[in-house]
Amino acid sequence: MADPHIDVRYVANLARINLSDEEVTLYSTQLEDVMGYIEKLSEVDVEGIEPTAHAYELTNRVRRDIPVPGIPAEGFLQNTPDQANNQLRVPKVVDA
Amino acid sequence: MSLAASSLSSLRRQLTAGEISARDIVEDVIVQVSARDGNIGAFLSHDPEAALAAADQADLSLPLGGLPIGIKDNINVLGQPCTCASKFLKDAFTSPYDATAISKLKAAGAIPFGRTNLDEFAMGYSTENSGLQTTQNPAAPGHIPGGSSGGSAAAVAANLIPATLGSDTGGSIRQPASHCGVVGLKPSYGRISRYGLVAFGSSLDQIGPLTQTVEDSALLLNALAGLDPRDSTSLNDPVPDYTEGLDQGVAGMKLGLPKEYFTDGICPKVRERVESVAKKLESQGAEIVEISLPHTEYAVATYYIIAPAEASSNLSRFDGVRYGNRTENPEDMLALYKDSREAGFGPEVKRRIILGTYVLSSGYYDAYYLRAQKVRTLIRRDFEEAFQKVDAILTPVAPETAPKMGTASEDPLKHYLADIFTISANLAGNCGISVPLEPIDGLPVGLQILGPHLGEQTILRCASAVEKS
Repeated sequence: MADPHIDVRYVANLARINLSDEEVTLYSTQLEDVMGYIEKLSEVDVEGIEPTAHAYELTNRVRRDIPVPGIPAEGFLQNTPDQANNQLRVPKVVDA
Repeated sequence: MSLAASSLSSLRRQLTAGEISARDIVEDVIVQVSARDGNIGAFLSHDPEAALAAADQADLSLPLGGLPIGIKDNINVLGQPCTCASKFLKDAFTSPYDATAISKLKAAGAIPFGRTNLDEFAMGYSTENSGLQTTQNPAAPGHIPGGSSGGSAAAVAANLIPATLGSDTGGSIRQPASHCGVVGLKPSYGRISRYGLVAFGSSLDQIGPLTQTVEDSALLLNALAGLDPRDSTSLNDPVPDYTEGLDQGVAGMKLGLPKEYFTDGICPKVRERVESVAKKLESQGAEIVEISLPHTEYAVATYYIIAPAEASSNLSRFDGVRYGNRTENPEDMLALYKDSREAGFGPEVKRRIILGTYVLSSGYYDAYYLRAQKVRTLIRRDFEEAFQKVDAILTPVAPETAPKMGTASEDPLKHYLADIFTISANLAGNCGISVPLEPIDGLPVGLQILGPHLGEQTILRCASAVEKS
């Protein structure tokens, strides 16, 4: 299995969370402990074993493509931190 | 006895006999919560006027007509807050829809009442990870109520309300039920729709009831179970009347004691309680069989890859764009995401998101996540083989009774290991129930009864026998 060293700052960037230096130090130690424990799984012989993504065999369930009532836009927009013209507003993403 | 302290089934009898009204019940719940919840902290919020209005409209001809049910604050109820006990959502979210579990409760005549406390986003075993308030164990002040459905368990244990809903991803209904001395049912994966439950580990999460009695759990399951077109993992299997046959006893049942669950890691008094109830059930005609679940020792490691991996993906929706608290004046989109998430999430949530992101990241996926999914298959097979031999499995819920508050160590790994007896049922998708046994030195303790896929009737019947013995 992989080396349990975790570059917490790198992973936090992937997860889009800022962390303080103290948090980086704390989580590095704690998560390396957890990953050290998780190394146990390397003892298990999983040769030829199918992975389980869900507890039961699931098959795709399709429905007829007919409109059903949904949640009105104002229901969602009531929780939006910033909005204009019945849309979410965020800082500029693409330069003109 | 106050109405809030009564079981659902007894309230139901009094309502249909015309001895009380739905308003009487809801008024008593409001009185109990305002008088006593200040010391317990089970509820994060409640809306007395809305509940009273619903009581006045209650249709008593329905199976749960006029009965108030407390709701864990990660299940959406139209027009009510849904904070997940997180600063991210505090004062920043009003549900625009009902979870299917809630619409089913309402269709059965019940009245969703208040929002119960939890570990933030249901991540924890003590409710001490709530970003909003602490909850005391009503049966043992100064001790944790368990978690993550600690508010739901405490509300019932303190007789603030007859029943509540919780959610269980790795034991979050059964363990607080055990620590507080109430009945907690985690149905089989897919038995109850997850639509409107804020997702933590989508392949593990289940909604379930916390109640004073086994019969009340069955009553609520009757209303909650069933197919939902909005949750493609919900099951289409018929929903029986779960209250039927509760009194049939355990004569002829085969009950397994898994040898891997009775090791040195378990408090001797907890072990003694479970073994002595097994003897009692044997004297009532059950056959007690030693069984083996050989991959038990890998369950915690498997769970703490799969659950954080799913959580890291599920919690990406909390980005400060569509709902929740957004950081002030972010300089760009990236800062908006990162600063909003830094300020909104508490330490355990950050820890699990980082762990989950790590195990899913490039170069590690096969070593961790894929391997864990394969071990999950082995754990599931252990149960499938065991349930060829036995009808249900008896185990402790937790290795010890509720620890004192604040003694939870700084070591997260130690917390994670305390989930050992409950998480396998989530990995395998089985049903499980925690039913109270005789307390240990004044502290509640529960028996866990695990059943096969859709074996709810069996475990409810067995739990009912335990309750009466």
